[in-house]
Amino acid sequence: MHRIPSGTRDVLPDEMRELRAILDAVRGVFEAGGYGEIATPALEYESVIARGGGGASRPAYRLFDEQGNVLVLRSDMTIPIARVVATRYAHAEPPLRFWYAAAAYRGVRPQRGQPRELLQAGIELVGAPGAAGTAEALTILCQALDATGLRGYRVGVGDAGLYRGLLDRHGVPEDARVPLLHELVTRDFAGVERELARLSIDAAAAEALLRTPQVRGGPEVLGEPGAEELAGLHALLPPAVAERVIYDLGLVRDLGYYTGAVFEVYDPALGRPLGGGGRYDDLLGRFGRALPAVGFALGVESLHLALTGEERG
Amino acid sequence: MSLTIAVPRGTLFAATLDRLDALGIDTAEVRANDRKLLFADAGVVTVRPSDVPTYVEAGAADLGITGKDVLMEQSERDVYELLDLGFGHCRMVLATLAGPDPAAEALRRLGTMRIATKYPRIAARYFERTGRQAEIVEVKGSVELAPLTGLSEGIVDLTASGVTLEQNGLVVREEIAACTARLIANPVAHKLKAAEVDRVVERLRGG
Repeated sequence: MHRIPSGTRDVLPDEMRELRAILDAVRGVFEAGGYGEIATPALEYESVIARGGGGASRPAYRLFDEQGNVLVLRSDMTIPIARVVATRYAHAEPPLRFWYAAAAYRGVRPQRGQPRELLQAGIELVGAPGAAGTAEALTILCQALDATGLRGYRVGVGDAGLYRGLLDRHGVPEDARVPLLHELVTRDFAGVERELARLSIDAAAAEALLRTPQVRGGPEVLGEPGAEELAGLHALLPPAVAERVIYDLGLVRDLGYYTGAVFEVYDPALGRPLGGGGRYDDLLGRFGRALPAVGFALGVESLHLALTGEERG
Repeated sequence: MSLTIAVPRGTLFAATLDRLDALGIDTAEVRANDRKLLFADAGVVTVRPSDVPTYVEAGAADLGITGKDVLMEQSERDVYELLDLGFGHCRMVLATLAGPDPAAEALRRLGTMRIATKYPRIAARYFERTGRQAEIVEVKGSVELAPLTGLSEGIVDLTASGVTLEQNGLVVREEIAACTARLIANPVAHKLKAAEVDRVVERLRGG
């Protein structure tokens, strides 16, 4: 047998037809929304991509070109598009709207069925600040999912700056935050509880810092301290989008560049999120054109799994 | 929407079922049936403790109960850890034969020590963190045998009472972590079944 690397796959015609139907459906929504398709090279210079920061956005595959430059395989499309905006659209009037369907490359852990190469479809909305920009991205997201025929999905929406704001409000010292944020990012609430017990803060503050990141639900949770930004977003969402949203005050994503609203797409037919995104208002500035931006990416293969799962019931 | 809970067979089994009784889940059938694995009426699946994170991460179970030792060893699993359930107290320890510490001597004279364990990742991380070189030998059972036969100079293992260690002439040299049973959740179920999940967390916290 001639093997292919674990986490990669050949797509044969039966499956390809179904993937193509998904791509056609989302493309229709993106184009109708005024988004233009964009393609960038799978290979980029490491020094350029490194401006995007750490987390899961860090590339996993490196190689050398003929001159000894270090090249990487892109791990998402957001950073390459930030580069394109800063270089090819340096003087263009915002907002700029792009969509893509492209392969991204990730490192995998052995024996877990994780993809090394995954097909992503998504948008980037550049130069549309604040809640209005986020509301547009969420609207396009829901329209795209509706167009594929997915029925049971919900969109978790959180705020990447929320927990830091709470730590400020309750006067948690800087050096005590690192272990606390580590427990939160690794989603260990027993660990959060343990770290809070070590701090010399009053019981009400500790209770708030433990409870708030576990609060999730409909608009009724937006009265919580720290949820003001999300309440502002909610006011701008059309009803068809708002009814899909689960506000999640503890939502964190492991990409390094998010600054405000963050989102994840869930479907009861799949045990993991099938896509996500958020605001990244600082990323473009690192490439020399400071513009606020928001975007999302859907894992097309995950979306396909969720659709077939819903079909089976 | 009802929840499916992955319950660990083994030392945590009885105490876990007691907690589920307190939740109002009827565990009589689970208790009465040693071989059956899926109890659809009660919303319970019984699995090996080390398989609990696998089922929960994939969403095959919404919630699971397992030891912190399992979660530490499989720290890359994408699951929410919701609650320290406070039972199943154990210690993860470094133990060697009684008398002059053979692991310390190996480290001093040979530059590295051989450590047998069922928890290779916990052990490797611990020695890395404490700045010592160790050669990790993974075994699947009866770790205590390894230092007695010369397979290793020491072991990293979980101990509750310390009786097994003592019976094999081993003494605890260092404590790596204290472990208890934890409640974990699938990240998607944590959002889509939030009310049901929170109800379980509240009742277990109270009990």
